Amino acid sequence: MKDALNMKIESMTLTGTGIPSGKAGVWCFLASEITVFGGLIGSYLVVRLGSGGWPEAAAHLSFSLALFNTLVLLTSSMTMVLAFDAVEKGDSKKLRTFLFLTILLGLVFLGVKAFEYAGKLAHGFTPGTGVFWSFYYGMTGLHALHVLAGVIVNIILFMEALGNALKPNEHRVELAGLYWHFVDIVWIFLFPLLYLT
Amino acid sequence: MSNILGDVTQGTYHEEKGFWRTYVFSTDHKVIAKQYLALSLFWAVLGGFAAYLIRWQLAYPETAAPGASWIPEPFMYEGVVPPEFYNVLITMHGTIMVFFVAMPLLLAVFGNYLIPLMIGARDMAFPRLNMLSVWVFTLASLVLLISLFVPGGAASAGWTGYPPLSAKAIYTGVNWGMNLWIVAIALEFAAFLMGGINFLTTTLNMRAPGMTLFRLPLIVWMQITAGVVFMLSVGPLIAGAVMLLLDRVIGTTFYVPEGGGQPLLWQHLFWFFGHPEVYVILLPALGIILEILPVFSRKPIFGYRPIIYSTIVAGILSFIVWAHHQYVSGIDPRLAMPFSITTILISVPFALIVFALIATLWKGSISFPTPMLFALGTLGVFLIGGLTGIFVGSAPVDIYFHDTYFVVAHFHYTLFSAVFFGGFAGLYFWFPKMFGRMMNETLGKIHFVLTFILFNTTFFPMFFLGIGGMMRRIANPMQYEFLQPLQPINVFITGSAILLLISQGIFAINFFWSLFRGRIAGPNPWQANTLEWSTSSPPPHENFHKIPTVYRGPYEYSLPETAEDWLPQNQPELEEVKK
Repeated sequence: MKDALNMKIESMTLTGTGIPSGKAGVWCFLASEITVFGGLIGSYLVVRLGSGGWPEAAAHLSFSLALFNTLVLLTSSMTMVLAFDAVEKGDSKKLRTFLFLTILLGLVFLGVKAFEYAGKLAHGFTPGTGVFWSFYYGMTGLHALHVLAGVIVNIILFMEALGNALKPNEHRVELAGLYWHFVDIVWIFLFPLLYLT
Repeated sequence: MSNILGDVTQGTYHEEKGFWRTYVFSTDHKVIAKQYLALSLFWAVLGGFAAYLIRWQLAYPETAAPGASWIPEPFMYEGVVPPEFYNVLITMHGTIMVFFVAMPLLLAVFGNYLIPLMIGARDMAFPRLNMLSVWVFTLASLVLLISLFVPGGAASAGWTGYPPLSAKAIYTGVNWGMNLWIVAIALEFAAFLMGGINFLTTTLNMRAPGMTLFRLPLIVWMQITAGVVFMLSVGPLIAGAVMLLLDRVIGTTFYVPEGGGQPLLWQHLFWFFGHPEVYVILLPALGIILEILPVFSRKPIFGYRPIIYSTIVAGILSFIVWAHHQYVSGIDPRLAMPFSITTILISVPFALIVFALIATLWKGSISFPTPMLFALGTLGVFLIGGLTGIFVGSAPVDIYFHDTYFVVAHFHYTLFSAVFFGGFAGLYFWFPKMFGRMMNETLGKIHFVLTFILFNTTFFPMFFLGIGGMMRRIANPMQYEFLQPLQPINVFITGSAILLLISQGIFAINFFWSLFRGRIAGPNPWQANTLEWSTSSPPPHENFHKIPTVYRGPYEYSLPETAEDWLPQNQPELEEVKK
């Protein structure tokens, strides 16, 4: 109790930006994440522009499955925002509902992705088939790992929300949301680059 | 219970923790800095030993190196370096020195130790993330160590790991060694990303009252600029490393030409990070000099704000110079000129900083304790490194010098000066703060004189080797008829290098002797102004008994209106001038 009081006094006197440290840290993390995907997407563009015979390989991808997945992911971003909104209003029932929906939609996305991979592998398109397939598996795979990480983060928040253990740290929903939207935006770039060419 | 919380009016609390939480799994930034120091010094010994074996092989090819016969087969044969192991040695020497000595020493040690102390904070913004960072780095160190002993041998594709050589196991015969090398580098990057996030957030959010951005000591500016440059440049290489690992493990063809991949792609991704990395290492070293020079010339730093602006400009420019490493790699000649121009342009902000440092010395009342000697040594040696960088940064000259010993000499003049001269300057300067005792001055001065002379006799002749056409990364120069007349230079260099390595023993002796027997330092042995000197040496857990309030910039030395020739940042009012 004394400790908490002490911290409060100090945090008021420190010179800062006014942005909570957790949020600033997440933004820094996302900035470096952008350069990871930026490097990957940049490499893809360089190789794509430098080679012929590309669209034939890309034509094997299923546009409709990817479109469905795009809608799933966009919807999950919406439910994430609604979860954050519920936190701000102190509505823990809604928070649990929308966190659950976000997790569910993330899992649907991963399931569709797995189905897609299985189909491609069954037709003999492995990562070693050619450079397009290397990029396809590399980019979507790294993105899927990010989705998986986001789902795990959301599951942790959901479990804590179930036991009301989230109470003092509710701003973490916002931080998880920032990350989730980032993962969503990366997909918005990957979808046209891989499926619409 | 009351003991745990301490006194609220004092604004501090000391939590009693056991041995493991205090020294091993500690979240205290000072302990973490010391852990990084121990790891980087450990790696420096290994990297130095690799340098010794490399130099012995170059001077006396295929003879037994003294003191190396204990290394078992298949690494070495009774002290003789076989060619495959020579490739391992140059790969490991580069990897160790850049990623496992330079970055932990300059960024993690000084950044972790100084940033919270200098800005007047109790710890980093994310102490547990900080602890995770040092443990991920330890894991990276372990993986790199293990990679030396796996079947097939350690990575041997050079520290730059160029594909196609690195892209398939059949090209070098190295399988798991190379895979683990990539994993170790990736883990190291993750550790420093956590560090960078921490440095930036801490500096933005945790400053003591009155500590505005333009009252920060310059080393803090240098550390956070280095952190931002690192965070924004390392991403593409992380992506590139994932692609390289996938090429090796699951058979993708990102870099394999027969599958439609492009080996050159790696060079772009690697150097997009690799060149900013040079500044990531240099900036903290410059920061160390910038802290030391005003203290020992008793003068304010010349051009505080221009130095900050130059640093930021250099940080931005460092993102558009990378392809100057690729003038002979099949780059479009029309791209060579823009990259030559940006490369020469980046010397402008650094020249400004060097001139500001010289102007800081001008008419100061200069004294020469060991930290000052090493700081001046950094400046002098780095100048040669920087100026020869203009040679190799210009495409027409580089096409001749590329991959010769001229380049080796150039980057050792920049990196050795930053890492070792700068690092030693910082260690001698902040050792009293870190451990509460002074280092021995006589031993320190002998260490400096020997290091300075032997460094130059080791690396300056390499410029002549390079001009004479000797290539990097060759295990036996005697195999080439045109290099045989240069062999006496190689022998001379090896002699100097061995003496240089031995003379570092003086530092080791001084370090451990002073740790236990050095003179008690007191809080402010150098009469310096910045906040870390206002607390006890070593600082208590949580750093300050009371969070200080800052009234002025960090370099107010020899003000005419004060009695003392120094005025700490946290001193409320000017003292009366003694008549």
